[in-house]
Amino acid sequence: MESFFSRYKNPLVLMAVLFIQVVGLATQVKRDDPHSGRGIRLIRIWSVSAITPVERAFVGTGHFFRNTWHNYIDLHDVRKQNRDLQAELDRMRLEQARLREDAEQGRRLQALLGFREKLILQSIVAQVIGSSGSEQSHIIQIDKGYRAGIKTDMAVITPDGIVGKVKEVFPLSSQVLMINDKDSGAGVILQRSRLQGIIKGTNKGELFVSDIMSDEKVEPGEQVITSGGDRIYPKGLPVGTVINAGVDHEAETFLAIKVKPSANLNRLEEVLVITKIEEQVPTVSQEGTRVRAADILAERLPTVPKKPEKPDDKTKPAGTTTVPGTPDQHKKTGASATNPNGARPPSGAGNAGVAPSPGPPTRAGVARGGVESPSAVGNATNKNQAAGTPKNPADSATKKTGASNSPGTADQAKNNDHSAQPRAAVPHDTANKGQAAGTTKNPADSGTKKPSTDTKKKPADGTAAGTPVVPKPKKPDQPKPSDTAPPDISEKPPR
Amino acid sequence: MTVAVSYTSREEIEVHKFSWAASLGIPLLALVIQTFVPLRLNFLAIFDLPLLVTIFFAVSRRRPVPGLITGALIGTVQDAFTGHQIGLNGISKTLIGYLAASLGVKVDVDNPGSRFLMTFVFYLAHQFIYAAIDVVLVGASQPWSWSHVLIGSVLNGLLAVVIFTFLDRLKLRA
Repeated sequence: MESFFSRYKNPLVLMAVLFIQVVGLATQVKRDDPHSGRGIRLIRIWSVSAITPVERAFVGTGHFFRNTWHNYIDLHDVRKQNRDLQAELDRMRLEQARLREDAEQGRRLQALLGFREKLILQSIVAQVIGSSGSEQSHIIQIDKGYRAGIKTDMAVITPDGIVGKVKEVFPLSSQVLMINDKDSGAGVILQRSRLQGIIKGTNKGELFVSDIMSDEKVEPGEQVITSGGDRIYPKGLPVGTVINAGVDHEAETFLAIKVKPSANLNRLEEVLVITKIEEQVPTVSQEGTRVRAADILAERLPTVPKKPEKPDDKTKPAGTTTVPGTPDQHKKTGASATNPNGARPPSGAGNAGVAPSPGPPTRAGVARGGVESPSAVGNATNKNQAAGTPKNPADSATKKTGASNSPGTADQAKNNDHSAQPRAAVPHDTANKGQAAGTTKNPADSGTKKPSTDTKKKPADGTAAGTPVVPKPKKPDQPKPSDTAPPDISEKPPR
Repeated sequence: MTVAVSYTSREEIEVHKFSWAASLGIPLLALVIQTFVPLRLNFLAIFDLPLLVTIFFAVSRRRPVPGLITGALIGTVQDAFTGHQIGLNGISKTLIGYLAASLGVKVDVDNPGSRFLMTFVFYLAHQFIYAAIDVVLVGASQPWSWSHVLIGSVLNGLLAVVIFTFLDRLKLRA
């Protein structure tokens, strides 16, 4: 060895000096990252590029052996587990149906209020391949970089809760600043008390919610979710659970609320990087897959005549939230803003909010979100029939005539088509059955529900047999244009 | 022009050393002139006095390690004046110092012709290394002009012949 050094002394010294200078140069040079728009020091890029392949190899090897174990050896109990999972899946499907109804109701309510929500449109699964290796720095390395579309300040989450945000992006890997790092911060809300604060990390990796006044009462066990105010994390993602709350010693007017993170930050393997968030006002037409028949009914409800000074209102498509259904207007007219069905935002809601529809405003006001869809489809059918549209419920949903006073769009027609399909009744809907303005039974849904006995058939409009219709009382001052269908919707008395 | 390059054995080549004052003063003087003169006479910026000094000390000492260290120090200090990243001149002059010292071990470079040729080649190499580092590491888009570089090589070669003659008086026999 000694002879090697003595023999190659000059080249070795040359390489050492060059190495020192290159490293020194790399610490100064910032390579512009076209994706983040910020400069990253060359030495950082080199270091990460040198380390991450090794980490990736370690993790990959570990996964290989673990997968081998799971795939070939650990196969017993799979059948039982499969049965259990199947049962769980069935249960979850029911739960999903119920939640979907709730979500759609929530969207309508949000649309009523002009609420802007952030939707997670795209995310990337990334594998955690390393950490900062320091107790003071809570940073992890993931195996996706800007070649995979990662950019700085993207939110990183797990199904359990948020993890952090992307700090630095490299071609094949990224650094994620976890929420329990002292440099980290996120806007949060205490789920029960709706108190807003900022969650920050500490040197020890603990999480504290700050900026909540000390006179507020915060109970341990309360869930903490993201508020969306930081414009990094979408609203409503779980953050953690309150462990305890005490007066902040540094600022006694505020509370120091210690939080246990929902995501297991010490054992992260895979994370989701949210690469695309869209902020939009939810509209009924954007629900896409399912529009309840009650919404179709709401669209068919006659509207107040357009004011001459606002001729543009006619052109506004249904499904947009620019209808004059502002909360203030709802207050004025007495139509409840919490009436998502009878007051559909584009037409029904706006109309119910601006002026009473032919259906009694009180009825529209008491209609609750969980109106049974099939019965409402029946109403829509009747409406269409009266307006000269096909009597078939499916047709009525798909063919929106110009006679309808709601400016139907192609999207809505599609959605209506969905809504006309027979669907399994979910308990949530069943509980609210018949509470919407005009709820009847629809033959299209006869497979799922029996026709109500308290409904009446409307012979004049040629409704299909079995479609009970009750003429809906009209308001005397309601204009009746020739192309507008009379609101011959059947109804049940509100409970 | 005839260039006389005589190949000799290491025993036949004289190895020189310099006083501390010369070792420190000459590079510093070269740096001062290099940074000062182009302020007044911009066209003189084509001369690279620190490079010539590096080459001179390297080939005179005929030891690669002192040669590359001399180049590294001179280049790093020169970088400090440029406002660019420190290390561009340092790396290139380190390599030039090493190459010049290695060449001085094997070739007689006391001849004016060989000095011109040597400086001509080393200037070219220096410009190439500098541009390569600038493009590869720093990410700059360095414009490369062959005519400018060749003119600079010729002018620096000629200046080297003159300067090296004066600097020879500072040599001490090792």
